[in-house]
Amino acid sequence: MSDTAILQASGIGKRYAGVAALHDVQLTLRAGEVHALMGQNGAGKSTLIKVLTGVVAPDDGTIALVGEPIAPRSPADAQRLGISTVYQEVNLCPNLSVAENICAGRFARRRWTRTIHWSRVHEEAAAIMRRLDLDIDVTRSLSSYPVAIQQMVAIARAVSVSARVLILDEPTSSLDEDEVRQLFAVMRTLREQGMAILFVTHFLDQVYAICDRITVLRNGGFVGEYRTSELPQAALISAMVGREFALTGTDRQAVPTGEAAPLLTAQGLGRRGGVWPTDLQIRRGEVLGLGGLLGSGRTELARLLFGLDPADAGVIAIDGDERRWRAPAEAIAHGIALCPEERKTEGIVAELSVRENIVLALQARLGLRRYLSRAQQNEIAQRFVELLGIKTASIETPVGLLSGGNQQKVVLARWLVTEPRLLMLDEPTRGIDIAAKQEIMSEILKLARQGMAVLFISAEIDELVRVCDRIAVMRERRKAGELVGGSSEHAVLDLIAGTA
Amino acid sequence: MSAPLPLTAPAPRPTMPRWRALLLFDSKYTPLAITIALFVSMTVAGGIVYDGLLQPQIFLNLFVDNAFLLIVAVGMTFVILTGGIDLSVGSVIALTTVVSAVLVEHHGWNPWLVMPLMLLMGAAFGGAMGLLIQRFRLQPFVVTLGGMFLARGISFLISVDSISITNPVYMSIAEARLSLGGGCSLSVGALLSIGVLLAGIWLAHATAFGRSIYALGGSEASARLMGLPVAATQIGVYALSGACSALAGIVYTFYMLSGYSLHAQGLELDAIAAVVVGGTLLTGGSGYLVGTLFGVLILGLIQTIITIDGTLSSWWTKIVIGGLLFLFCLLQRLFAGLRRTRV
Repeated sequence: MSDTAILQASGIGKRYAGVAALHDVQLTLRAGEVHALMGQNGAGKSTLIKVLTGVVAPDDGTIALVGEPIAPRSPADAQRLGISTVYQEVNLCPNLSVAENICAGRFARRRWTRTIHWSRVHEEAAAIMRRLDLDIDVTRSLSSYPVAIQQMVAIARAVSVSARVLILDEPTSSLDEDEVRQLFAVMRTLREQGMAILFVTHFLDQVYAICDRITVLRNGGFVGEYRTSELPQAALISAMVGREFALTGTDRQAVPTGEAAPLLTAQGLGRRGGVWPTDLQIRRGEVLGLGGLLGSGRTELARLLFGLDPADAGVIAIDGDERRWRAPAEAIAHGIALCPEERKTEGIVAELSVRENIVLALQARLGLRRYLSRAQQNEIAQRFVELLGIKTASIETPVGLLSGGNQQKVVLARWLVTEPRLLMLDEPTRGIDIAAKQEIMSEILKLARQGMAVLFISAEIDELVRVCDRIAVMRERRKAGELVGGSSEHAVLDLIAGTA
Repeated sequence: MSAPLPLTAPAPRPTMPRWRALLLFDSKYTPLAITIALFVSMTVAGGIVYDGLLQPQIFLNLFVDNAFLLIVAVGMTFVILTGGIDLSVGSVIALTTVVSAVLVEHHGWNPWLVMPLMLLMGAAFGGAMGLLIQRFRLQPFVVTLGGMFLARGISFLISVDSISITNPVYMSIAEARLSLGGGCSLSVGALLSIGVLLAGIWLAHATAFGRSIYALGGSEASARLMGLPVAATQIGVYALSGACSALAGIVYTFYMLSGYSLHAQGLELDAIAAVVVGGTLLTGGSGYLVGTLFGVLILGLIQTIITIDGTLSSWWTKIVIGGLLFLFCLLQRLFAGLRRTRV
């Protein structure tokens, strides 16, 4: 760990339409260090990254690279200067080979014909991958490798262009624990080679596992730069949210759900290639957690309950009456709502406004003949924006411009408007920050107390334990078991891992 | 993640060989393999039923009779690889035949000047469409549909009637044959088409332009972020397709010895069919020119079989091609699905 500053940004300010997105922000990246950039949604992390990578120009402040002032005008320009970025979604071409993805744009050429010298390209690519301690066949197409490897290839490309600064923008959000470990190994290797790495993530434990320093932003302002070893987790959280913050102990009241009549009962519900026949019961006013690893069948089960995929075994009973969904519309008509996992592709309509997104499901349910007047729409949208604390300039702002957590709240609002009897939330807190997470979870609990049944799907065990009245755990596409709420995280983990 | 992590990176992980074992045959070649297998089995089955089919000259005639289709299909493959489409190719062929005929027959221009001029015209026409598509973010389908009407309309404007070509240069090229021994021969058009195919394969796999085409088809946003010349590639691909159409038009004049505004009607659809049957994905980024060659040969073979049989209506060609297209689209969906579940 040295103290040589590679990249120094000082006094950075940026205003969008008069609203300050960044104000007097400092960031110093040093050679051979992993530096975490922390902050809630809307704290200004993405704007700062956009400034550093030349996507937007700052209104105030200076950026210096090894003492020289720079002003990158585009991501390509920033890359030429030595600042490479790897984004959350892998920005490579899945149809090309790994080697091509690494070397595209600067292929080794044969001397006379100027054609691509493939054997040299493959050698170069393999050498770059080996620098990251990865020994894979670089001639295979990128799509034949798992997302984690694709991410490493993106990093390989980023560092191969003589980068001195590497920005990793939430690279771990789609990786499982093992893959995160691999990524960290790569980051350590690069750190030893003297790279300055800026690591943006929502996962606190990852910050403590790999980062040397932390810069915290809040509401577009600079809160401070800390050494990780000197900043306990609780202090980091209060720096981020600006108030003392209790991580545990949501005020969950024990709801006497044991006697409540079941709202939905699934018996032997299954689908070939999806989930094995599964029994599940959800009672009124209950938060039922659904845990398990990625791919354990959590999402698939929710899709069956919602009628998105037809079940080829078993029955669903609502209030004791057997039902068979031919389409989600039928499930919706019975008061079931599903908040899907992929917010961007299945949840929001990015181009439509907050208001339009919120009334979408209600209008669909009412049908076109009972058109909601503009005044009614405004009233509904305004109410939910306030209720859920959605941070938006106005209800006419396109949802695509909102931060991740606020987009998720819009999706939640859309289904709450329809006043469902059973709300299924598939990873509602994925990729959003702690405060938004906490707000959404307390919102969920409030709804349950009013009598709504909630199916809460989450990969995060502590969340399940804290919020749910009962927890069903999926493993290898079957239900591994059920636990009562408040069970220890260890018990849940045992069920998930199958070591119970 | 709170457990202490090893500070040294793990050596080559033991999981790698498992994928290698799973993917011994890279799935990107599957559509190509299916196309070739289809052609071989059709040839064998046809050869068993019809005695005349397996003669070498019949096979060579597939190239002679479909030379212009192969040339157009090569250009079309590049366009489709970028995720676009070019509907103007048939009309550009017609325009080329009419303009060539008028210049050579009515104005007495030197054929050796007219031919390169036609190539330039085709490239400029395609390039202009590419510019519209790239610069103004227009749909390739609509722009090239406009180009299709425009080129066909201009050729009618120039001449409504068929103009027969009697120029000695055209006549001698049309009659010229390269003898391959054993009474087998190839026409100039067929040789040109094979040349275009080889040049296309070289362009696709050995040049940066070719790789940019694949990158563009894979993900335009990524290609842009990688700093590849996205705009130039997109315009270049339509210019290339335009030039291929013009060359196909020249070959067409050798084949028909006339310039006529009704020539090559619907050829764009045959070319698209050949490309799709050849295993190229319409969404772009995946496909091979070798596949396109076999796509053209399959289309030609169906026609040949129907001709040899003599009792089948020629509409059977369309019916079989239609069936094959459905089949290949289904297969493509299947592969796309398989690939997605693996990732």
